[in-house]
Amino acid sequence: MIRVENLSKSFGPKLAVDGVSFEVGKGEVLGFLGPNGAGKSTTMRMITGFIPPSAGAVSVCGLDVQQNPIEVKRRIGYLPEAAPSYTEMSVLSFLKFAAEMRGLRGEDRRNAIRRVVGLCHLESVLGQTIDTLSKGFRHRTCLAQALIHDPEVLILDEPTDGLDPNQKHEVRTLIREMGESKAIIFSTHILEEVEAACTRAIIIDRGRIVANGTPAELKARAPSGKLEDFFRSITRSDVQAEAAA
Amino acid sequence: MRNHWAAIGTIVKRELAAYFESPVAYVFLVIFLLLAGFFTFAFGGFFERGEASLAAFFNWLPWLFLFLVPAAGMRLWSEERRLGTIELLLTMPVADWQAIVGKFLASWLFLIVALVLSFPIVLTVNVLGDPDNGVIASGYVGAALLAGAYLAISCMTSALTRNQVIAFILAVVLCLLLILVGFSPLTDLLARWASPWLVEAVAKFSVLTHYDGFQKGVLDSRDLLYFLSVMAFALFATGVVIRNHRAG
Repeated sequence: MIRVENLSKSFGPKLAVDGVSFEVGKGEVLGFLGPNGAGKSTTMRMITGFIPPSAGAVSVCGLDVQQNPIEVKRRIGYLPEAAPSYTEMSVLSFLKFAAEMRGLRGEDRRNAIRRVVGLCHLESVLGQTIDTLSKGFRHRTCLAQALIHDPEVLILDEPTDGLDPNQKHEVRTLIREMGESKAIIFSTHILEEVEAACTRAIIIDRGRIVANGTPAELKARAPSGKLEDFFRSITRSDVQAEAAA
Repeated sequence: MRNHWAAIGTIVKRELAAYFESPVAYVFLVIFLLLAGFFTFAFGGFFERGEASLAAFFNWLPWLFLFLVPAAGMRLWSEERRLGTIELLLTMPVADWQAIVGKFLASWLFLIVALVLSFPIVLTVNVLGDPDNGVIASGYVGAALLAGAYLAISCMTSALTRNQVIAFILAVVLCLLLILVGFSPLTDLLARWASPWLVEAVAKFSVLTHYDGFQKGVLDSRDLLYFLSVMAFALFATGVVIRNHRAG
């Protein structure tokens, strides 16, 4: 459903993403791992059509992102990094807006909102201004907007960032359940999340894919059998990267 | 085509709600009406003119709008950039131009509401005398177009930065430039050493030159075309700025 071919992005002289290729099919949950600044968000932004690639191509459901941006965007639900939202709006009016932008009106809109409010547990804060919500609720409000049109493809940039352990567990479970019928990419720093929710994981470092496999395969590559040790053995910290540059 | 307008309509609705759900709209309306009244009656010589017209009101508007319109438009894109919601908005199934036009129309509509709320001045003139209401109507059309031109420029500067203060100052400077090239104290000065046709050619780019026609009750298609061109150009430039911002 998602096909990324030789994708590159440079910002001035800096190469943020360097020839990344992978595919994600229906029923797959792809965990996107890597140190900060490795190019995870940039890759996701290119898949959603927010930024154009410097080279390479992305297609979603067989449609090229550059050629059919609107059709592609219809099929994607996207949770950007840090879960932005219009903070002066109430949760309900924000979700109404998201639903209408996705072409949902009347009864369809009501049903869609009821569904995502249930999934993301927003019943108690529907009338509240987003400004006044805790980080966990804000995050789930933005997640709800990504799910509102029941998209075939979900791109989630750090969906569990800033949530408490209970909320993290719930979001992970939600991702795993939805993954059975959708194609999902999510990025995270928490390695145990990959084991809990992903069918496959990609590790990227300095813009390049350095590992691609099921969580079990990746774990087996470390002598200790721990995913964390494998991650540390093939990626560099930002301090090391700066020193080398 | 219907879908295009549906998405724009949704954006317009959200933007208008954003004005009225925060104190911004009310503060703006109160200050606009207070200042407009103050300038009209205290500085405009409304009574001293001895004529039943809104000239005192309309003469001050280009200067009043110079500060108030950029204040109303500065948040349009810089706020989206600051909050990161621009990423949300532009990954929804809309083209950039739809988002740009939607946001612009919402603010323009808001400014037109502000203009309409100055109706007590029109009533006053009609009670005290017998004005030419056709001239007043054409004056309002000119004022709305002027507001639109300033606003489109504010949209453009707002897209340039995530800082609203910078967006505001840039917009004021650009709008001021558009006033000054046709401001008579300045053009008279210029006429002392420049050839008259040059002064006249430069003045053609001024909002004042084209605004004045409407205030005389003359609806000239060239004036209309001027304002629509300024808006179209500034909104197109907004699109270019946003595209460049995304390309990194």
